[in-house]
Amino acid sequence: MLRYTVKRLLSLCISLAVASLVIFTVIEVAPGDPASFMLGMNAQPETLTALRTELGLDVSKPERYLTWVGGLLTGDFGTSYTYRTPVVDMIAARMWVSLPLALYALTLSTLIAFPAGIYAASRRGGAGDMGVMGATQLGVAVPNFWFAMMLVLVFSINLRWFAAGGFVGWDKGFWAGLHGLTLPAIALALPQAAILARVMRSSLLDVMGEDYMRTARAKGLTARQALWRHGLRNALIPVLTIIGLQFSFLLAGSIIIEQVFYLPGLGRLVFQSISARDLIVVESVVMLLVFSVIVVNFLVDLTYAAVDPRLRSRS
Amino acid sequence: MNRNLILGGALTGFFIMAALISFIWTPFDHTTMDIPNKLQGIGGEHLLGTDHFGRDILSMIMVGARTSIAVALVAVGIGMGIGIPLGLWAAARRGSLVDEIIMRGNDLVFAFPSLVIAILITAIFGASAINAIIAIGIFNIPVFARITRGAAISLWEREFILAARVAGKSAMRISTEHILPNVTNLLIVQGTIQFSLGILAEAGLSYVGLGAQPPTPSWGRMLADAQTLVSIAPHMALIPGFAIILTVLGLNLMGDGLRDYLDPRLRVSRT
Repeated sequence: MLRYTVKRLLSLCISLAVASLVIFTVIEVAPGDPASFMLGMNAQPETLTALRTELGLDVSKPERYLTWVGGLLTGDFGTSYTYRTPVVDMIAARMWVSLPLALYALTLSTLIAFPAGIYAASRRGGAGDMGVMGATQLGVAVPNFWFAMMLVLVFSINLRWFAAGGFVGWDKGFWAGLHGLTLPAIALALPQAAILARVMRSSLLDVMGEDYMRTARAKGLTARQALWRHGLRNALIPVLTIIGLQFSFLLAGSIIIEQVFYLPGLGRLVFQSISARDLIVVESVVMLLVFSVIVVNFLVDLTYAAVDPRLRSRS
Repeated sequence: MNRNLILGGALTGFFIMAALISFIWTPFDHTTMDIPNKLQGIGGEHLLGTDHFGRDILSMIMVGARTSIAVALVAVGIGMGIGIPLGLWAAARRGSLVDEIIMRGNDLVFAFPSLVIAILITAIFGASAINAIIAIGIFNIPVFARITRGAAISLWEREFILAARVAGKSAMRISTEHILPNVTNLLIVQGTIQFSLGILAEAGLSYVGLGAQPPTPSWGRMLADAQTLVSIAPHMALIPGFAIILTVLGLNLMGDGLRDYLDPRLRVSRT
């Protein structure tokens, strides 16, 4: 297990290094100099040079890369070009919207998908199974931002149960904040729930064909008991992988939903920063998202290996 | 033939036909504004109503289908064109450094949040259909590379490949002459799935203004236009939404149906 962990840890570090290099390069080739963008067309050359020095744009590219990466490692993400505030603070503020939203959506998606998947698997081939599978087909086909608009139309405009946009913030209390994130979370959760329900169902069906399930039945358990005591636990492994992947997807994928609801989250931050050529913010947010995806995958792999020793030797 | 294939094929075919017909005929010109007739409902002279500029929605949907299909199709083409050779190469050299690099590279691309990168690419190099295609296409590459490699590796253990090796064929020739034809079915099925994902991605990108630019109509931008008017003209949001859902649903059903039809052994529940 130690050997495996070290090996995976090494590949984790390489992935992160390559990712940071790729992100830095992509941002670097972007046309447009942030300093001249900030000062406008008629800037004096001296002011421009001064600003470039202040922003740290006058040193060589490898040097800038190392400064950036070194800063990331020590928690100093630099200073925003447009707002002149530490990037870390900007990200932290947005995190309080994006992270709870992703967790909320993930919870909803799991709460919908588990019962739906288990129900479909236990009614395999029956009307209930067909119904659930049909619903999941529809669920993956619906664009979440369109679904979000429909939610706003029904629940905000017609029924007036929720605000149509913006976020009240957490200082109004936990429940008020949760209430404010409900519609976006539902919109985000729907396609994820559809995918998760399918994984749950197919994983359960795979497990049901295993010999130990037959043994469980042979020793006198009912189908239901065998499913709950032996099937579910084993079927959960692939499902947990997908949940891990979905979490990072939700964190990054809320970008469009945040546009629909005018939520001040990470997605909107990236979006605004790109249009303002605030590249240092873009760089850091993208790196943070990539970091979370890579680390979540790493943790999922480790959990896998801890649960199933066969995986350790295979890699 | 099975039900999924027929229903999915019919839905997909319907939208492809709509896109093709739009080249020679649409009920109205999709760019002509007609302010006195704005925001008309469904039915009447304009079958699917008009938008806030009085443009005919049916015509815009037909031309928009063209954009969606073209973007998604080329993006799948990029993914296949680069991903399949990479997957074949990795499988031919399985366990080697090349294999390792290709697979790690795949993992790396997967780790990037696709939407953020798509937005990054389109925002940096300008919003256009071409950049949307590239952004979506890049993320199709690892999908095809991985699926090709997975299927090819198990084929490499089979006797008929051994026979080809004994006959003195190079790894390259074996890959193209024996491996590729045997993974085609799998790739076609995956292609339909990626196609549907591409349509969704294109809609999302053009919804936030990073896809095809005006005056080229696209379903995503029609939805963006509809957003502020959703309470007074819900049809403006409903119709492009249904167009996206039905196309994606059609492609997904077709993918499921194709898989069962092409290879019944692969009949496992898609995830």
